[in-house]
Amino acid sequence: MTTTQQTPAATGRPARPARSPKQGAPRPRKRQLAPYALLLPAIVILLVALGYPIVWQFVTAMQHFGLAQQFGKPAAFVWFQNYITLFSDSYTWVVVARSIAFCLVTAFVTVVIGVGMALLMNAVGKTVRIILQVALLLAWAMPVVAAMTVWNWLFDWRRGLINNVLSSWGLDFQGHNWLQNPLSFFFVAMIIVVWMSVPFVAFSVYAGLTQVSGEVLEAAQMDGAKGFQRLRYIILPMIRPVLGIVLLLQIIWDLRVFTQIKLLQDKGSIASETNLLGTYIYQLGVGSSDFAMASAVSVFVLILTVALSWFYVRSLIKEDES
Amino acid sequence: MTAATAAPARKLRQKVRPSRIVLGVVAIVLALIWVFPVYWMVNSSLLPNVVLQNSTPTWLPFGGSFDNFTAVIDGGTFFPALGMSLTIALITVVVCLAFAFLAALAISRFRFRGRTSFVLAVLLIQMLPAEGLFIAQYKLMGSLGLLNSVIGVSILYIAAVVPFTIWMLRGFVAGIPADLEEAAMVDGLSRTQAFLRITFPLLAPGLVASGVYAFLQAWNEFTVALVILQENSSQTLPLWLRGFIQQSASRATDWGQVMAASTLVAVPVIIFFLIVQGRMTSGLVSGAVKG
Repeated sequence: MTTTQQTPAATGRPARPARSPKQGAPRPRKRQLAPYALLLPAIVILLVALGYPIVWQFVTAMQHFGLAQQFGKPAAFVWFQNYITLFSDSYTWVVVARSIAFCLVTAFVTVVIGVGMALLMNAVGKTVRIILQVALLLAWAMPVVAAMTVWNWLFDWRRGLINNVLSSWGLDFQGHNWLQNPLSFFFVAMIIVVWMSVPFVAFSVYAGLTQVSGEVLEAAQMDGAKGFQRLRYIILPMIRPVLGIVLLLQIIWDLRVFTQIKLLQDKGSIASETNLLGTYIYQLGVGSSDFAMASAVSVFVLILTVALSWFYVRSLIKEDES
Repeated sequence: MTAATAAPARKLRQKVRPSRIVLGVVAIVLALIWVFPVYWMVNSSLLPNVVLQNSTPTWLPFGGSFDNFTAVIDGGTFFPALGMSLTIALITVVVCLAFAFLAALAISRFRFRGRTSFVLAVLLIQMLPAEGLFIAQYKLMGSLGLLNSVIGVSILYIAAVVPFTIWMLRGFVAGIPADLEEAAMVDGLSRTQAFLRITFPLLAPGLVASGVYAFLQAWNEFTVALVILQENSSQTLPLWLRGFIQQSASRATDWGQVMAASTLVAVPVIIFFLIVQGRMTSGLVSGAVKG
């Protein structure tokens, strides 16, 4: 479940240090059937709910699906024809380019703001830090759909707060529909995604910052390092591993952003002008029942995600084994 | 941060007082911005529609009432959606915990062929996007006749949540030394008894944390629900809320009621999240100390 995955990943991450060195030593067992039996239920449900669909998708992506197939006619096998059709369609490239641009910009902005907030938490007094942390936790805890209704209300063109406030400052925003123009649609979407994702980044990076030793910083200061130099040459290198993982996760999550885009589209913007990969698959599959094309795009998204995730998973495993 | 490393860092900061005040102000402003949407939801939910229609914003809910909440609840669609969400979330939590716990036991208490590949697979699967799978899952549930059913969605949710829960529980199980179990076995308990009496009670915080994680995932999930539960009668709470957004596209909406609906969905989750956030951390820390 992707939409709120930010929450668990962070809360679960501290679990890693809780490992015992004793586990490293293999304990001899008579017969090694027990572990497989213990794994069985999890493996079965993963095979049914994820394994089968993945295989189905790879197969279906190589079939031709039309109206006739909806009435039970078996689909013809066309090998890679669907991918060829898909990637010779300029619209596909528009959606892909849009998704990548949206994901990179959003992930980058999120990480910059999140790191800024983590540095702030580190620099201010305890009371202020707790106020900031509580505010971030509240935003983080909001269910995504509830958050989307609030943001839809804030940006509502009739009576939304944003338009009212901008108008009261003398700007002409009365009745301005933010979601009509694709560019401002994505601007709004970015604000929302950044708002939701920053708490995770801020808390993760703050946890990394608390590991930076005070002695080293003091030594640097005695040697005459200014604030920015300490940040650039000591703090940033020390938290680089956390930064890398957090940025990668943001890119992966923002690439498949669906709920926010779908719920902004529901407010009445033109879907074809605002589709990202997730909503494009939805439109192909659920909207027009072209399961082959939808599968082809899904396969593309899956491969892209696995390729990106590989680095993340490798770093998790590496840290786990060290 | 340990006390030893914290002290010198604090001493450093005290030399730069004025800039610290500026930073404090910046932090407070950011805190206000981040908390504002949550506040605005609650504020609007307490105000009547007439007030919300005004072009001058009402910043504080003075003279507000719970009328919006009563209206939403009297609307009659809230409780069916709540029931649906609760049922699915509870099934997901129970089954997911059971499966994930067994698997976590296997990978942290046994060394066996394929263990590393399994851990690797679990971590990769956990990254798979619902958006890249929902079409196939929709067809799968359709062919099984499980569209619009609690069971169908629960199966998909369990599969989506199980990988990360395994990873999370694995940390907790590994935090409890196997020696403890072995000592109990030397004292004459069977392996199962030793596990049930010694290890299991120590695992409780871990199970609670993972259970809450699974619950929140299932409670908040939108994408799969949107595809699998297309009938109005089988809506979960997120789908029910989405209905309000859709309505607002075509006609003037009673935003007070929409915000009341959102508050109903969000507040229990927020409270849950805030309580467990602390408990999870303490559970994790104690696990680390014992390990």
